[in-house]
Amino acid sequence: MKPNIKIPDFSNTAIVDQVGVEERASRFTKRSIKNETKMNGLLLALNMIDLTTLEGKDTVGKVKQLCTKAVHLHEAYPGLPTVAAVCVYPSMVGVAKKALGDSGVKVASVSTAFPSGQAPTQVKIDDTKYAVENGADEIDMVISRGKFLQGEYNFVFDEIALIKETCGDARLKVILETGELGTYDRVRKASDIAMYAGADFIKTSTGKISPAATMPVTLVMLEAIRDFYYKTGKKIAMKPAGGISKAKLALHYLVMLNEVLGEDWMNNEWFRFGASSLANDLLMQIMKQKTGIYQSSNYFSID
Amino acid sequence: MAKINNTNEEQRLEVLKTYKIYVGGQFPRTESGRYYVLKSKNGDHLANVCQCSRKDFRDAVLAARNAFGGWSARAAFNRGQILYRIAEMLEGRKSQFVDEMTKQGLSLKQANEEVNLSIERLIYYAGWCDKYQAMASTVNPVASSHFNFSSPEPTGVVSVLAPNDSPLLGLVSLMAPIIAGGNTCVILASSKYPLSAVTFGEVLGTSDLSGGVVNILTGFVDELLPYFADHMDVNAIVLSDQGEPQVTLAKEKSVFNLKRVFQYKNINWLTEKGQSPYFILDLQEIKTTWHPIENIGGAKASY
Amino acid sequence: MAKDDKKDNTLKLKFDSARNLAPAPESKSIAKIKPQYELFINGSFVKPESGKYFDTINPATEEKLSQVAEASPADVDKAIKSARSAYQKVWSKMPGKERAKYIFRISRMIQEKAREFAVVESLDGGKPIRESRDFDIPTAANHFFYYAGWADKLNYAFPTKTPRPVGVASQIIPWNFPLLMAAWKIAPALATGNTVVLKSAETTPLTALMLAELIQEADLPPGVVNIITGAGETGAAMVSHPDTDKIAFTGSTDVGKIIQKAVASTHKKVTLELGGKAANIIFDDAPLDQAVEGVINGIFFNQGHVCCAGSRLYVQESVYDIVLRKLKDRLETLIVGDPLDKNTDIGAINSRGQLETIQKYLKIGVQEGGEIHQSSCPLPKKGFFCSPTLFTNVSQSSRIAQEEIFGPVLSILTFRTEDEVIEKANNTPYGLSAGVWTDKGSKIFNMTTKLRAGVVWANTFNKFDPTSPFGGFKESGFGREGGLHGLMPYLHLD
Repeated sequence: MKPNIKIPDFSNTAIVDQVGVEERASRFTKRSIKNETKMNGLLLALNMIDLTTLEGKDTVGKVKQLCTKAVHLHEAYPGLPTVAAVCVYPSMVGVAKKALGDSGVKVASVSTAFPSGQAPTQVKIDDTKYAVENGADEIDMVISRGKFLQGEYNFVFDEIALIKETCGDARLKVILETGELGTYDRVRKASDIAMYAGADFIKTSTGKISPAATMPVTLVMLEAIRDFYYKTGKKIAMKPAGGISKAKLALHYLVMLNEVLGEDWMNNEWFRFGASSLANDLLMQIMKQKTGIYQSSNYFSID
Repeated sequence: MAKINNTNEEQRLEVLKTYKIYVGGQFPRTESGRYYVLKSKNGDHLANVCQCSRKDFRDAVLAARNAFGGWSARAAFNRGQILYRIAEMLEGRKSQFVDEMTKQGLSLKQANEEVNLSIERLIYYAGWCDKYQAMASTVNPVASSHFNFSSPEPTGVVSVLAPNDSPLLGLVSLMAPIIAGGNTCVILASSKYPLSAVTFGEVLGTSDLSGGVVNILTGFVDELLPYFADHMDVNAIVLSDQGEPQVTLAKEKSVFNLKRVFQYKNINWLTEKGQSPYFILDLQEIKTTWHPIENIGGAKASY
Repeated sequence: MAKDDKKDNTLKLKFDSARNLAPAPESKSIAKIKPQYELFINGSFVKPESGKYFDTINPATEEKLSQVAEASPADVDKAIKSARSAYQKVWSKMPGKERAKYIFRISRMIQEKAREFAVVESLDGGKPIRESRDFDIPTAANHFFYYAGWADKLNYAFPTKTPRPVGVASQIIPWNFPLLMAAWKIAPALATGNTVVLKSAETTPLTALMLAELIQEADLPPGVVNIITGAGETGAAMVSHPDTDKIAFTGSTDVGKIIQKAVASTHKKVTLELGGKAANIIFDDAPLDQAVEGVINGIFFNQGHVCCAGSRLYVQESVYDIVLRKLKDRLETLIVGDPLDKNTDIGAINSRGQLETIQKYLKIGVQEGGEIHQSSCPLPKKGFFCSPTLFTNVSQSSRIAQEEIFGPVLSILTFRTEDEVIEKANNTPYGLSAGVWTDKGSKIFNMTTKLRAGVVWANTFNKFDPTSPFGGFKESGFGREGGLHGLMPYLHLD
């Protein structure tokens, strides 16, 4: 917590009108993106991906393969950027760290009893500590939705602040699990709590709950980031996760990001896509742009 | 003590009534000091009737405008009770009206009918005060996620030229739907039968009707019509049995502020045709209101 | 934070700021515009008596698109006679359910040709293709579909009354929503059993003429709908013609008054849908981001050529700074440019004359001490364009806060209390529409009840629907279009 940021009364967070925000979100999808702008957008989106595997059946082999993909997205087209990070469970952080080496691709680890967050705070701290000590560059924590829905905002706030402390140099992503919050008003409130408690990123979803990321819910969070920036001068990053698997949709998100937060946020330091299958669709579109020929998934590795 | 001996009807000197006008709940004489003499069929002097000026009209419109906010905001049920109260007051003073009408030349039968029907008409509209809204309102099933409804609202201040050949019923038939609908009005009484109109003002003055809701002037159509039609703070004008040139003049002068112009001609106020909720609706504006409907967790909603 | 021993994998690429997205134009070739159009009278296209034609241009390029006939009083007479004859011989006798089928057919055919209509609408009028494609054309088709259904159900609309058509209607429409206004006029008139003569606006005649072709294709009995073109004189002849029973006009309050005066000595039924200067009111407890979006749509929809545009913004003082900041940010993201580009938010001003009017008001606003804020988006070199504009430091007495500008110009004022803003909002001769933004239900109903306007949008703005009555209080006109109430202007109730 920076001392110069005054913590507001969270019972007075901004109001969101559902119909209005969904209308606005759909306006972004009316933008038509072509030519060089499209190519740049596809490359940016690729570079913003947190390539993710979060399964009970994750193995060392699976994580290694994913790390290889992260660095070598499509060798048939040299010069492609890497993804931003690989996102795994704490137990796989060491494996990923080693596999990624000095590629520049970051290791992100979920923590705090992901995905439910239903564990004692100390367990969450230990979970986080373990991931950081194994070399995680980024921590994706979940908020205590149960506590939040019980109205215990101070608990949620304090927990985020504790995890932030535990993170040290690692950047903290705070997952709101918007699909469990139910309304945009609550998403907005949770966003504010997370940012004021020290989040570096706010993130929509674990990917384990439907609905995961949607454009309207991301818009609500982007607007929260903008208001926070207006008030404090501090930039917060955004990560929609889950459900973004098509290049076209990713481009719509970029249009939205660009029109709400502007150019300063248009890179992987300030925006990520939490996704697993998006990368291949982006690659297919990039190849289509380059060759003019529609592509088949058989020519792109599935890891 | 000696008895005062002039209580005998035969010898008693009658107290003559000064016929005034009814403006803003008060009973002033015309500011102009002018009058015209009203005589009975056999030439007896009946009254010196106020010959109102444009300034009297101006004052009456001011009173009507001031009364509009309060009257239109009253509960419809309460407006109904007040209209009913007017009927009660009229019933109580029935003999006075009959007496006055016969003096002005109506037969006893005509006079009785005129007063009886006026009472019935007031009760008829008393009942409509809280019902026409349901009849004229709609909930509109718009295609977007909005609640949309239309309902009538009073037009505002209405100037009225009462039918010349009816002492009371014509005036009541025009006035009742106007005020039942929450409007306020300035009425020019019949110049042929002005006495009942003035006495009706006294009924209004003792029947819980706020001052200014109804204002009754006496005088001449040809002198006052231009002002009734061109006053910028009058929202509508209701004409009755005036001739074509007068109606044309009224329409032309109404253009300055786009007054709504209605003429009820050839209506026999003694019949059922003389009463209808459609008279109320003529002086209503339809207002349509939109509001978004949150649609969370619905079948097709992603949120 | 990236550790020092790691490569920086952050890609920095230009994803062009909104206005520089690569052009994405809709294809012009879909629009089959003829070099010359005649008058649609009695089911066929006839040359004007005078032999005169006038050009219609593309306001985005100032290039000629086509030339259309100028209807003289003699042509108007011909059109009204044909409407009268069709009324007496065919349309008034046809059962409602048959009339309905014709109107349904028109609706469907507009849907079929929607893309072509949209392109022509944008070419002729300058509005962004996104709006003509997503709003004007579908809403026009829906309007016909809605009223078609009424044609055989009129007896249910007005209890105890027997509805009867008025007769022949003269209908005059404006240039801001050419096809949609034609639909708003023609659909209820036909459903209620009237026949019509419609004149489109002189700067935007093409989609109405396409509609005429479509009506011919739909095999509507000749004379039921006549569509003519011309300017003010043609309109005057339609209003004063002795054999028309009904005048329906949408346009300026000044012309509305001229019409009302012209028919004062007649028994013609009149409906007028005129100007406005809508107040859009933001309270401090409003959903501010959606309110800002509503304000933007409220004033910049269709370049501000909207009679119900929210052209007076009242912001509660406690949120004024943040609202203004958000408005300015949003202003910067608006794309002004080629109406046919799918990314364009604000297209061309409809005509040179209108552009001059708007520019006059911009000067007045500055002279009156208003502070002007315009988007930095560059305007196309050719054509009639105007930067979206905000004025702050505006007072209630400023002309830009009182007069209808009919362009992308917003006057921003502040207020402190509910009573104050109600008084200020109602302090205008107009009464077409108003907007309120607050999350508090009881306050919404207080406001929507007290605002003297025919359409009140609460937590939304500029929404339209065929089922929803539209029309004004006070000098914004009388009569309603849309919904059940929209039937009334075309019926006598016996």
